[in-house]
Amino acid sequence: MLSYLLFVATISGVYALLGLGLVVIWGQSGMVNLGLAGFFALGAYATALLTTVLSAPIVLGWLAAVVLAALIGLLVTWLTRSMRGDYLAIITLSFAEFIRLVAVNEAWLTNSIDGISGIPAPFRATLADNFNLFYLVLTWAIVAIAYVAVRRLINAPFGRVLRAIRDDDQVAAVAGKPVLSFKIQAFMLGSGLAGLAGAMYAHFNAYIAPDLFTPLITIYIFLAVTAGGYTRPAGALIGAVLVNVLLEGSRFAAGFASGLSGLQVASIREIVIGVTLIVLMRLRPQGILPERIRIVKPPRDSP
Amino acid sequence: MHDFFQQLLNGIISGSVLALPALGLTVMFSVLGFANFAIAAHATLGALAAYLLNVRFGLPIPACLVVAMLAAGSAGVITDKIALRGLRRMRRTDSAMMVAIASIALNIALENVVRFFFGNDHQSFNLPIMRDITIGGFQVSQQQFSNLGYALGMMVLLFGFFGFTRAGKAMRAVADNPDLARLKGISAEKVALLATFAGMGLAGAGGMLLALETSVDPLVGSRILLMVFAASVVGGLTSIPGAVAGALLIGIAQELSLLVITPTYSSAVGFVAIALTLTLRPQGLFGRKT
Repeated sequence: MLSYLLFVATISGVYALLGLGLVVIWGQSGMVNLGLAGFFALGAYATALLTTVLSAPIVLGWLAAVVLAALIGLLVTWLTRSMRGDYLAIITLSFAEFIRLVAVNEAWLTNSIDGISGIPAPFRATLADNFNLFYLVLTWAIVAIAYVAVRRLINAPFGRVLRAIRDDDQVAAVAGKPVLSFKIQAFMLGSGLAGLAGAMYAHFNAYIAPDLFTPLITIYIFLAVTAGGYTRPAGALIGAVLVNVLLEGSRFAAGFASGLSGLQVASIREIVIGVTLIVLMRLRPQGILPERIRIVKPPRDSP
Repeated sequence: MHDFFQQLLNGIISGSVLALPALGLTVMFSVLGFANFAIAAHATLGALAAYLLNVRFGLPIPACLVVAMLAAGSAGVITDKIALRGLRRMRRTDSAMMVAIASIALNIALENVVRFFFGNDHQSFNLPIMRDITIGGFQVSQQQFSNLGYALGMMVLLFGFFGFTRAGKAMRAVADNPDLARLKGISAEKVALLATFAGMGLAGAGGMLLALETSVDPLVGSRILLMVFAASVVGGLTSIPGAVAGALLIGIAQELSLLVITPTYSSAVGFVAIALTLTLRPQGLFGRKT
């Protein structure tokens, strides 16, 4: 039971990192990344291959995961630079599918659907039974660092420009802000965080396969961020925990319903996820933590 | 060389079936202004409704096609009313993206409703076994041949609808300029309803024709989602003839790709087509530069 709770808590941390990425991309900059699962997979595969095939140090694997995901982020935002946001949504969604296809087909590199196993993790052998607890703390420590960094960044002028672009990019452009460059930076930051999440996940799970990176993950994260408050870093953290509670809770609840096959239980879970997201977007789109809007009062002596 | 032309022929046929959902997506995007990802689940619903009536009640295929359209179209109107319309009407700058995200959630929910009741098994339509037709050394199954006919027939009807009927012209007017259309007294609400019905109906018909050649299961629509979007993007997302041309191009590219890459890779054609279009001609084949 304890190891199960540790597992869920660690996965929540991984989702929190993905969620932080989405807060930067979607909540702050108004771009939609429907390919989160793809960036997540990219990070996981990058570090898994580096640390198993090339026996590179784990830190290097993580770094590679972040850099690779960020670079692909740069590419897709550049490709869709002159288009409406819908195109970014479409290309990111199809990119995630493409990554999964590559993972399935390029067996020489990714071992196809059998996946990559034996991915090392720091101190796994020395800590033995305590490893899960250690990795949980490590994951949430990284989440905490990412949280503080993202918070500082979006409270800085950088974040203010992002929100200006989100609310009206023409006004931001007229104010002399290089809109495209800001958008690209935000998207790279967000997809880099998703890559980092993938790396954390790969080393924790010790095994990755294409099936673990379905588009469903993207929807989980959208639900997490919508529930928590999609403009707020803290919202991503709360939402990530909530989504895992919902996923695991519905697993238990379905256990009590008799006469349902495993497939039916699984489909109920996905229905719950989809319906919850729609209901939340309709009834409380601002989430648990709504955006704080600072209103600047004009000086008193102005006419 | 013979292989090349055989695949070209296959591509034209699969492209014209793909054109139906691509047209549906384009119609909805033009009128409603958002990318509706739930088109995949509605294609599945159309295929499923047609399958049930075909196998349980022995309904002939042409009647099934009408059923697929009506079922998917009505489902589209109902799910839009329940899940998407409220979001669509919110006065927010990013409402188009919000509805697009909600449509993905809707897609997943609907797909799993189908899975809950019918399982993951692949079911086949009740079809007589027919000999392939050979024309000038090229083989085409009779199913492919009639699918081509159905798809072309529906396209002709659709073009007639847009070209000659009042409702079709009203839809084009709203797509062109919603404000001007409203001044002219066109009800945006009615046009939105019609666009959803037509768009999802086309998806349902496409899903059924596809399932005739393959099988019915919860992923009929999701399997082609990427291709549908690729076709529509290649065509410029808002151009009706563009969607048809895009679908033909994607269909042909996908079939020809089989000559050089493994079949499991062929859906990568969608991603490559989208990336190429955005690099070389972002406004699409027939799109105007804005």
